[in-house]
Amino acid sequence: MERSVSYGGNDLNLEATELRLGLPGSDEHEKQSSPSARTSNKRASPEVAEESSSLSNSNVSDARNGDQDSAPPAKAQVVGWPPIRSYRRNSFQQKKTEADGAGMYVKVSMDGAPYLRKVDLKVYKSYPELLKALENMFKLTIGEYSEREGYNGSDFAPTYEDKDGDWMLVGDVPWDMFISTCKRLRIMKGSEARGLGSL
Amino acid sequence: MDFSLPTEPMNHKRKNPDPSPDSDESTTQLSSPFPDEVLERVLSLLNSRKDRNSVSLVCKDWYDAERWSRTHVFIGNCYSVSPEILTRRFPNIRSVTLKGKPRFSDFDLVPPKWGAYVHSWLLVFATKYHFLEELRLKRMTVSDENLKLLALSFPNFKALSLLSCDGFSTDGLASITTHCKNLTELDIQENDIDDKSGKWLSCFPENFMSLEVLNFANLNSDVNFEALERLVSRCKSLKVLKVNENMTLEQLHRLLVLAPHLRELGTGSLLQELTPRQHSELKSAFNNCKNLNMLSGFYEVTSIFLPVLYPACTSLTFLNLSYAALRSDELSNLLVHCPLLQRLWVLDSVEDEGLEAVGSNCPLLEELRVFPASDPFEDEILHGVTEAGFLAVSYGCKKLHYVLYFCRQMTNAAVATIVQNCPDFTHFRLCIMNPRQPDYQTNEPMDEAFGAVVKTCTKLRRLAVSGLLTDLTFEYIGKYANNLETLSVAFAGSSDRGMECVLKGCPKLRKLEIRDCPFGNAALLSSFRKYESMRSLWMSGCKVTMDGCRLLAQEMPRLNVEVIRECGNDGFQADKLYVYRSVAGPRKDAPSFVLTL
Repeated sequence: MERSVSYGGNDLNLEATELRLGLPGSDEHEKQSSPSARTSNKRASPEVAEESSSLSNSNVSDARNGDQDSAPPAKAQVVGWPPIRSYRRNSFQQKKTEADGAGMYVKVSMDGAPYLRKVDLKVYKSYPELLKALENMFKLTIGEYSEREGYNGSDFAPTYEDKDGDWMLVGDVPWDMFISTCKRLRIMKGSEARGLGSL
Repeated sequence: MDFSLPTEPMNHKRKNPDPSPDSDESTTQLSSPFPDEVLERVLSLLNSRKDRNSVSLVCKDWYDAERWSRTHVFIGNCYSVSPEILTRRFPNIRSVTLKGKPRFSDFDLVPPKWGAYVHSWLLVFATKYHFLEELRLKRMTVSDENLKLLALSFPNFKALSLLSCDGFSTDGLASITTHCKNLTELDIQENDIDDKSGKWLSCFPENFMSLEVLNFANLNSDVNFEALERLVSRCKSLKVLKVNENMTLEQLHRLLVLAPHLRELGTGSLLQELTPRQHSELKSAFNNCKNLNMLSGFYEVTSIFLPVLYPACTSLTFLNLSYAALRSDELSNLLVHCPLLQRLWVLDSVEDEGLEAVGSNCPLLEELRVFPASDPFEDEILHGVTEAGFLAVSYGCKKLHYVLYFCRQMTNAAVATIVQNCPDFTHFRLCIMNPRQPDYQTNEPMDEAFGAVVKTCTKLRRLAVSGLLTDLTFEYIGKYANNLETLSVAFAGSSDRGMECVLKGCPKLRKLEIRDCPFGNAALLSSFRKYESMRSLWMSGCKVTMDGCRLLAQEMPRLNVEVIRECGNDGFQADKLYVYRSVAGPRKDAPSFVLTL
C-alpha cells in the first residue's frame, strides 16, 4: 500500500482518532477507503446538510435534505432504478456486506476467555483505534507497538490470521493492507506473548 | 423483426439453375440476367442485415437468391417470428442471434417465467439447421436440458454466447464443454445462472484445442486451475480470455506466460501482496502481451498492482474498469499509458477529477460509460460524477459518440456545451440518478438539454432521457430526432402530448420504452399504425388502461398487445404493456399473468 499510516511511536495520528461528523469525502482519509458504503452510522452535520441542499435543489424529494437533527429517512426504493443490470447491482451489494474473509467483521479470541467476540474492522482507521477497542472489549492493556520489540512489556500480544493462514503480529504492515488480509484476531496471553517481544 | 417479408407467397423450391431461353418467366417479369449460382455467390458476400433486406425486396429472383445465401440471421424479438417460418425461409443458416425479453427485464420490471424460451427454437433447429455453428442469446430463458440438446444436436457447433439469460446452471455449461468438439467460443456474460461449481471447465477433453474465446468472468465458482492452464497451453489460437474473480495474481501470471498472444484479457481479483520478484515477473509478462487491445475484470484492485499493467496499455483500445472502484489519481496514472484508448468503462468513484484525466489523456476516445459505484438509495455519500466530468471529457475527446453517464446532477448549459464540442453523438444515454431532478443551477427542467442534443446531434440513434422533463423535451425529440431508433424514458413528461409528439415524429423509431410517465390512452392510440414500423413498445407505470389496450389490439390485429398483470392489480389499469409486431400471431406459451388482448 502506498499510503503510509503511522501507528504507535511518536506520531499519535490524531487525525485518525478525531471524531468527525462530516460527510465522507470531506477529508482525504475518507476518500482513500473503498467507496462502498461505510457501515458506520454517521449523520450529516447541519453545515454539511446545507451544502448538500445547495447542490441538489429543493425540488428534489431528496431525503438527505430533510431533518438535520435526526437520521435522514431512507429514500423510497424505486424498483429497477437506477437502470443497471442486476448483476452489477448485486456486485456492489456484495462490496457493502463484505464476506468475513475480506476482513470486515472478524472474530476475536482471547486466550482463556470462554467465548469469542466480533469486531468490524471497517469502523477503525488505524491500529491505535483498533487496539483501544480491543482493550476496552477485554478489559486489558496491550500497550504500545514498536517495530523492534512488538508489544514488549505487555502481558498480551494481538495477533491475526492472514489470508495465507499464517499467524502474524498486529502492527507490522500498513493498516489498509492489514484490514484486507486479516481473517481473524487472537489476543495471546502470558508467557507466549512475552516471548514474542524477545524474538 | 429485422428482415422484411414479401407480400407474395414464398417459393419453396429452388429455381432451375439453368433457365432455358424458352422460359416464359424471363419475358414477363424482371429477372436477373445471371444464373442463380452467380447471384447467390455475389450475395453471399453481403453481410449487413440492412443490405440483405433491401436485396430481398428487389424482385423474386433476388429474394430467392438472398434467402439461399444467407448464413446469419438476427432476430431482435423472438416472438416476432416463429422458428418454423424462419427455417422455411432461410434454409442455410449457420449462425443465429436471438433476443427475448423486453430490455426492462434487466431492471426487474418483468416477472420471472415471462417467457422467451429458447426451447422451441432449438427443437426446430435440431432438425432444420443441422450445420448450425453459432448461437448468441440475449435475455432468453435457457435450461440445462436446452444446453444439452444444443451440445448433442450440432456436430459443427462452434460459438455460444449468453448475455442476460436465465434458467440454467453450470451443469448446462458442462454439457457444452463435454460434447462440442469444435467449440471456438464460450462467452458467458452477465447472466442469472445457478453457479453450482466450476467443474464445467474440466470437462473439455484433453485433446481439445480449438478454443479462441473463453469468458467466464461472471461465474463465481472456482475452476480447477491446472485444467485451465492445460487448456490455455493447448489452445494456441486463444485470443480472448476472461477469468473470474477467484483467479489470483500468481495464476494470472502463469496464464499470461502461456498466452502472450491474447487480444483481450479479463483479470481476476487483484488484491494480493506482491513480492518485488512477483511484481517484476508480472510486469514482464504483461510487457510480452503485444497484441492486447482489451482489458477488463479488475475486481478488488489496489494501487500497487496498476503499474504492472502499464507496459500492456500502449495498444489498448478498450478498458473496462467498471468493476474496479478506482480513485481519480489511480485512473489518471493509468490513463497516461493508454493513448490509443477508444472505449472506456469506469465507476463514478473516479469522480470528476478522474474524468478530467480522461479528457486530457484520451484524444481518440469514442465511447465512455460511467456506472454508479454504489447504490444511490442506500448511501448517504454524495460522491459520484457531475456535469463537470462530462464537460471535461467533451473538451478533450472530440471523437466521442457513445456515452452512458450516471450522475447526481446536471445542467442544461453543460449539456448544450457538451454536444457543441461533440456533435457526432450516436448514443446519448444520460441518467441523472434522482428521478425528476431539475437543472441544479437554474432549477428549471432539463428540456433544453435534450433539445440541444437532438438539434445538434443529427446522427443520434439512441437516446435515454432523465431529470425533470416536460412535454417540451418530447416536442423537440419528435421534431428533430430524425435518425432516432431507440428511446428510453423514465419519470418524465407532463401529459399525453409528450408521447404523441414522439410517435408523430421520429420516422426511424424502432424501440420505445417508457416507465412511470403520465402518458395514457390518448397517447397510446394517437399513432397506432406507427407500432407496425417498430420492433416494440413498452409502457409501465403509466396511465394506460385495459380498455385502451383492447382498443389498440382491435385496431391493429397484426400487433401483439400484451399486458402483464401483477397481483393487487384492479383490472382497470394496464400496469405493464408490451406491444410488438409479429408474423407469428399471439404467443402460445404465455404464462397466466400475461394477457394477450
